[in-house]
Amino acid sequence: MDYVKCRGKCMANCSAIRCFEFRRKSRDYIIKEDLFLSGHRACQGCGAAIAIRQILKAAGRNCIVVQPTGCMEVVSTQYPETSWLVPYIHVAFENAAAVASGISRALKVKGIKAKPIVIAGDGGTVDIGLQSLSGMLERDENVLYICYDNEAYMNTGIQRSGATPLFASTTTTPAGKFSKGEDRPKKDIAKIAIAHNIKYVATASIAFPLDLMRKVEKALKINGATFIHILTPCPPGWRIPENKTIEVARLAVDTCMWILYEYENGEYKINYIPTVKKPVEEYLKIQGRFRHLTKEDIDIIQRMVDERYEEMLRISRLERRY
Amino acid sequence: MLELKRKEIMSGNRAVAEAVKLCNVKVVAAYPITPQTPIVEYIAEFIANGELDAEYIKVESEHSALSACIGASAAGVRTFTATSSQGLMYMYEVLFIASGLRLPIVMTVVNRAISAPINIWNDWQDAMVCRDSGWIMFFVENNQEALDFTILSYKIAEDRNVLLPVMVNMDGFVLSHTYEPVEIYDKSLVEEFLPKEPDIPHKLDINNPLTLGHLVTPDHYMEFKFEQEEAMQRSKEIIKRYMEEFNKKFGRNYKTVEVIGEGDIAIVTMGSLASSLKHLLNVGKKFKIVNIKQYRPFPKEEIVNALKDVSVIAVLEKDVSYGLEGGILYNEIKSSLYNESDAKVLSFITGLGGRDTRIEDLEKILEVCKNPTRNVYWIGLRRI
Repeated sequence: MDYVKCRGKCMANCSAIRCFEFRRKSRDYIIKEDLFLSGHRACQGCGAAIAIRQILKAAGRNCIVVQPTGCMEVVSTQYPETSWLVPYIHVAFENAAAVASGISRALKVKGIKAKPIVIAGDGGTVDIGLQSLSGMLERDENVLYICYDNEAYMNTGIQRSGATPLFASTTTTPAGKFSKGEDRPKKDIAKIAIAHNIKYVATASIAFPLDLMRKVEKALKINGATFIHILTPCPPGWRIPENKTIEVARLAVDTCMWILYEYENGEYKINYIPTVKKPVEEYLKIQGRFRHLTKEDIDIIQRMVDERYEEMLRISRLERRY
Repeated sequence: MLELKRKEIMSGNRAVAEAVKLCNVKVVAAYPITPQTPIVEYIAEFIANGELDAEYIKVESEHSALSACIGASAAGVRTFTATSSQGLMYMYEVLFIASGLRLPIVMTVVNRAISAPINIWNDWQDAMVCRDSGWIMFFVENNQEALDFTILSYKIAEDRNVLLPVMVNMDGFVLSHTYEPVEIYDKSLVEEFLPKEPDIPHKLDINNPLTLGHLVTPDHYMEFKFEQEEAMQRSKEIIKRYMEEFNKKFGRNYKTVEVIGEGDIAIVTMGSLASSLKHLLNVGKKFKIVNIKQYRPFPKEEIVNALKDVSVIAVLEKDVSYGLEGGILYNEIKSSLYNESDAKVLSFITGLGGRDTRIEDLEKILEVCKNPTRNVYWIGLRRI
């Protein structure tokens, strides 16, 4: 299939993450400069901090970052210090998309060619920020909205959010004698974004930095609202060792729990098809939040993942490869 | 000078929209709510006709309206929004952030009662509960003031020594939907008065990146708040200065606290109620009107000066502080007069949810003031 047979001829449209040529070129492609500085107070192995570093490497200095309240805002902006080498504003929890809309219009008035980037957690995106996000997407504001998804309210101490996956144990959906943890599957925010008829929606993973950066760069070039959903494992929240963040993020993609795809001009494109689709058990068993699952529970998740993967292959007009 | 002004009959809402046009506002974000709706309709129309070169953000809520204004203002452009009642309640959280971030946003609040029970008519409860949000607050008496105070507000808000948001309060329907002659200025006159664009020292600038909206620990938070209060106190003098400048330029006679009439009884009030009281003066009643136009920062000295030689003070207002005693303004007047005057201070609550305050009601207040039997009176109350 052509999407994995990329010869590395072009950089911008390359969708084969394993393409050797793409990797070789990327050495010059990634800027050395870090715009998200070290010294912030994120936990060891924080997936979201890795995501922000990658995002800013792709975005460069010509952007304004808007963040709602959340982990990354709290760890990076403690007065009188800041980790941000780009202009940054935090206003409240539920209105980052609205603030970015205002900035975007002001830049338009002033004739400045730059695009505000919202970097929001899953709570600020799929729950409390959904209304202002929807308004911004529907108005097709010139804003890139990135959701870093660690699948719960990690800032306040691992409470479930609308993005918490089925059976995950959190402090507000604890597994117990009468509970298997979260009782509902994750809200599909990328699908909700797509329903707004915007030009570009993508999912990304910190385990695939080149793919992530390419998507950020692409989304910034498009005039109008764009949305990227990034899975960012959280060691304390997911109860994984700090040195396993990238491994877990990669397993999510290799088990198809997290499908890397792009939606552009009404077409879906899957960016990565694992050579061997691993069983979800491998992803679940290394995480403490799924420790209580039985074989039957894992089977339920496996079925869900398979169904969704089939659906994604179908809508992106690809055939089954495993 | 004369040809730079023209008179037109218009509603209060239209007067505000005309002011927005005159002030060269660049970003407007607003969500419709009765009785504010015509303001945003007029502005949308001005933009559609090319009379106003501005971006209109059709936000999905009032919360987002003020949030978008914060974004635009932080990026260094002049912004405007307007709301009423529930809309103001919905953006309550963002009010404090706008003032905390020290952004010169101007907002018109067309005052309306708060649910429940739902009621679309005028009272001041919506604005009065926002008194501690760190906004400069004006209450206007007529449609001309609605226009003038909007222009004046930008001048004050954008002063480097102030940098605070300003709320211009206008009585819903009583002013917003009532037609009066209003003098409109030529744009050149307003352009001479206002700076071309706001000069915000802490704006979001790609060439000079800074972080706005920090997490601030107990080590620094109090200093932020103290500086905010300092700016508020400092603004008292600055408002006076700009008011004088405005009066001179546009031929007005505005004061932070307007005092008219003489007598042993004083009636303290705000907004359009002052107009009704002025009618009583015209028909020969003897009393003093103290009309507070600038509600925040609270002009304590002016109020004390106006009230120190009277023996009965009636505070007439359209709001309640539940469980305290009487209205909100009443309690503030009383505390201002502590150790300054021995006058009897009475609270008259009137016009909640749009009930008319009639001339007879005002005459009754003057009667009650001659021989008060309690501290709090609800005017026009019907009890079954």
